[in-house]
Amino acid sequence: MTDSRKNLKTSSPSAALPVFSHRSADVFKQLIKQILLFIFALVMLYPILWMIASSLRGQNEIFKNMGLLVTHPIWSNYVKGWNALSYPFSRYFINSFIIVIFAIIGNTITCSLTAYAFARLDFSFRNLMFGFMLLMLMVPIHVIVIPQYIIWNSLGMINTIVPLVLPKFLAMDGFFVFLFYQFIRGIPRDLDEAAKLDGAGHLRIFFQVLLPLMKPAIGTTAVFTFMWTWNDFFSQLIYLTKPQYYTVPIALRTFIDAQSQSSYGPMFAMSVLSIVPLFLVFCFGQRYLVEGIATTGGK
Amino acid sequence: MSYAAEFASLVKDREKEKRKHPDNKAACAFMAPWVIGAVLLSLIPMVASVVLSFTKYNMLTSPKFVGLQNFATLFKDIRFQHSLRVTFTYVIVSVPLQLLAALALAVILDRGMKGLTFYRSAFYLPSMLGGSVAIAVLWKMVFGSEGLFNNFLSMFGLHVTQSWIGNPTTANWTLVALHVWQFGSAMVIFLAGLRQIPRELYEAASVDGAGKWRQFRSITMPMLSPIVFFNLVMSIINSFQTFTQAFVVSGGTGGPSDSTLFYTLYLYQQGFGQLKMGYASAMAWILVLIVAVFTLINFALSKYWVYYDD
Repeated sequence: MTDSRKNLKTSSPSAALPVFSHRSADVFKQLIKQILLFIFALVMLYPILWMIASSLRGQNEIFKNMGLLVTHPIWSNYVKGWNALSYPFSRYFINSFIIVIFAIIGNTITCSLTAYAFARLDFSFRNLMFGFMLLMLMVPIHVIVIPQYIIWNSLGMINTIVPLVLPKFLAMDGFFVFLFYQFIRGIPRDLDEAAKLDGAGHLRIFFQVLLPLMKPAIGTTAVFTFMWTWNDFFSQLIYLTKPQYYTVPIALRTFIDAQSQSSYGPMFAMSVLSIVPLFLVFCFGQRYLVEGIATTGGK
Repeated sequence: MSYAAEFASLVKDREKEKRKHPDNKAACAFMAPWVIGAVLLSLIPMVASVVLSFTKYNMLTSPKFVGLQNFATLFKDIRFQHSLRVTFTYVIVSVPLQLLAALALAVILDRGMKGLTFYRSAFYLPSMLGGSVAIAVLWKMVFGSEGLFNNFLSMFGLHVTQSWIGNPTTANWTLVALHVWQFGSAMVIFLAGLRQIPRELYEAASVDGAGKWRQFRSITMPMLSPIVFFNLVMSIINSFQTFTQAFVVSGGTGGPSDSTLFYTLYLYQQGFGQLKMGYASAMAWILVLIVAVFTLINFALSKYWVYYDD
């Protein structure tokens, strides 16, 4: 009942003259809304929860049991899955993490520097370059992927992390340049001017005045870079072809293609593990996620 | 401003006047990484891609100029037509559905909804995980012949034994469902947008006797329309490039009977499977053309429904 009392407080402010019957109708409506929303949320999350439950089930049970309750968890699925491919999954996790870490470092440093120039500096061809960057955000990557692949191939860089990581150190993720750009534009110019009067150059202004204020944007960049690099299937698929360099998504894909009928449990187990890092980022970085999509996806 | 809007305004007011740029020196330092990247990793590859699209090139022998032959072949390529049909169906159905779901849930959750944080997280989570191989694997299992979905149907006495992913007429729809399932991130954007709308507007409207639906049509929709528009544009552009899910669900083949042969999956098969780099480049440019046409149509139509207050 406490629930409905809480709802009373939040009932529509438009009811300038609250009549009792009106209010209790409101409470009832709120309750129905809550129940329906909760059921809907459950339906939305059901497949994920079912996958987790299935990762602990035996082969015969997986497709018969729609429930989420696991009575006899088969933890050996995880051990089997971990060692199912030519290398243990630890190798693929390490490979993925290395790429993700470099990507985060590259993106935060170079995208913020580029954004500073676009937001605060007055230089030749600024609009042209800014326009090109925005345009590249909207052009399908496939027009550059093929020549890029040919270039990296001729340089002998296939099966290294260079093609995956170097672009991040050259600020090629325009999305984050734009994110930092928006953020810097929101910081009052007075701060720069004051620092300039104190004799600070642009580098000092960037590192000592703006960078400390940019923590939220850095957080958002780190979180999104993590997410997108972790899930990046296409480029890892074309650049990493030897099993010892496989990342988690590529390994997982090999798993499905190679699986026999008896390995659904272990396959689900590895699928679950592969999204654990994402889930952790989701839990701890949620503030940055929400802020990030609100500032770049919004107006 | 969204980057699409930023780009549009940049195109609109190109400054023609010549003037001094005081920060050229500093810009050299700050812009160096980007300029190097833009030239070496974007501009040159783009030009190379144009050139490649007029050649036959398999990475073993040197490229051979063939004029417009790649494009001519494409128009006769049945699988290419399949991939177009599959991708268009997917984009045209799943993008509006996803945005509608996002909008509906955002409006429901907006203002004084108890448990907003919980619901926001619950609805956002699928869109965060949805692009992963793991979820594609899961989808394959959910819509398989003995999958969760058929089990669910049998609860209502419908005993279906067909695999939704194995059946050419339904395979694409399971991917549409997967796309709609990920409405959460658009919902979060809309929620942020809804919060920007001044409450006084609603109060004034309700004093004037406007009902909930009228308020939605006359206040919420116009105020939110720039954000909806930006998301529509970007969502279309991105959906045309759907790859991972189709690849995983079909084991890289685009099957059954090419029913999940998405445009970029076919491009991948041609380019990286058969090493027809010229052919794949031609495909890439046709994709750019398609996306550009869709974007221009969107911008042209926007004056009928997108409201800018400045």
